[in-house]
Amino acid sequence: MAEYELKTPLKDEDLAKLKAGDVVKLTGHIYTARDAAHKRLVDLLDKGEKLPFELQGAVVYYVGPSPAPPGRPIGSAGPTTSYRMDTYAPRLHGLGLKASVGKGKRNEEVRQALKDHTAVYFGATGGAGALLSKCITKAEVIAFDDLGPEAIRELTVENFPLLVINDSHGGELYVQPDRKAAGIE
Amino acid sequence: MRTIQAKDIIEAVASMCIKANTELPDDVRAKFEQAMAEEDSPSAKEVLRQLLENADLAAETKLPLCQDTGLAVFFVEIGEDVVVEGGNLKEIINEGVRRGYGDGFLRKSSCDPFTRANTGDNTPAIIHFDIVPGDRLKISYMAKGGGAENMSRVTMLAPAQGWEGIKKYVINRVAEAGPNPCPPTIIGIGIGGTFDHAARISKKALLRRLDDTHPDPQIAAMEKELEEDINQLGIGPMGLGGKTTVLGVKMAVEPCHLASLPLAVNVQCHSQRHEEVEL
Ligand code: SF4
Repeated sequence: MAEYELKTPLKDEDLAKLKAGDVVKLTGHIYTARDAAHKRLVDLLDKGEKLPFELQGAVVYYVGPSPAPPGRPIGSAGPTTSYRMDTYAPRLHGLGLKASVGKGKRNEEVRQALKDHTAVYFGATGGAGALLSKCITKAEVIAFDDLGPEAIRELTVENFPLLVINDSHGGELYVQPDRKAAGIE
Repeated sequence: MRTIQAKDIIEAVASMCIKANTELPDDVRAKFEQAMAEEDSPSAKEVLRQLLENADLAAETKLPLCQDTGLAVFFVEIGEDVVVEGGNLKEIINEGVRRGYGDGFLRKSSCDPFTRANTGDNTPAIIHFDIVPGDRLKISYMAKGGGAENMSRVTMLAPAQGWEGIKKYVINRVAEAGPNPCPPTIIGIGIGGTFDHAARISKKALLRRLDDTHPDPQIAAMEKELEEDINQLGIGPMGLGGKTTVLGVKMAVEPCHLASLPLAVNVQCHSQRHEEVEL
């Protein structure tokens, strides 16, 4: 398992070398979006309108941060469960999205989209939002302010710690539960 | 009769919300440390190390342990001889939530199910009332995050399925949830009552300390058996593999209808954010 330092926007050659289990320290700009923001992004695409950020080479972070207390750029900011964005992710990958960051399993369509478009799915440690916020130096709402915690924010991150869960070659890091050992098979 | 002032309840509720979301309970910390010592896999150890570091940082900075500070769930035991002065208890608790989530910079996660518009202050809280003898007011608070709650289920088993059926269902539920609810989780199990009651007692069971033992030795043994079996799944911290898939299993058992075997599985986050106060 290798360790890489990557900068956004991500390029195909950065992603092609990544394998499930690799550790990536990510620096640059990433965009927050979860359920409600994804719905609006797709609505914009349907209407043929411009998205609030450049999708080509982009990284989307599935997160709804807690409010920033005074003197901090952001509150707690760990990943939310990714499967809820599975309906939207393949379309965004088709338009240049290079990675998403979340926690939990992705469906077959997303895994196929990662292969088709040389993209990856990163995991960040769930429930460690205080710790992860340390790597975020700036946060700015760039769209859908009315969505509150679900607004799209541009985050400036430094060495944000990620783990490759699904790579662009079909590899997956999550273990299959051993139902036999647990006595239910 | 004993009078309790609204403002004291509001203050107590607000500070519980903040404390539970920023301070890792000592029994959970002890479990993290124990699990870290028992795990062989480097990724499992690393996740647990991060969770401990996260707790230290949250305590120091007062940032919430997790950005999802949950819906605010309360179990209230109000003594028959208590009079609340200065408002309606439900309103008072909601005011405490409003304050705690505001002053503590906690995330407001309550929204309309259809429009998805945020209610803005994390109310309404989910409040379960119980009337008990005496002149005390006991309020227990739990932060219930969406990720873990989404992995929870209620089912109505056939009585013939018995303990084996219960075990199978629970283990399968944890297997299906896999990495989604940020394992290692804590599993609250409600057996008996009705459809709704099973869910309620499964949630209330999550207020128990991780290191306690169920007073009924038979149920205590069942909890242990289930915990060991679930951990055989090998899902491990964050689903990366390991011995620690759950930190604990807490069961509540009550009588049910002759025709039913209600079962509720409530999944709770590793940080088990809860607090209680007695006024
Ligand atoms: S499931 Fe994970 S992300 Fe959601 S509230 Fe619990 S610890 Fe936080």
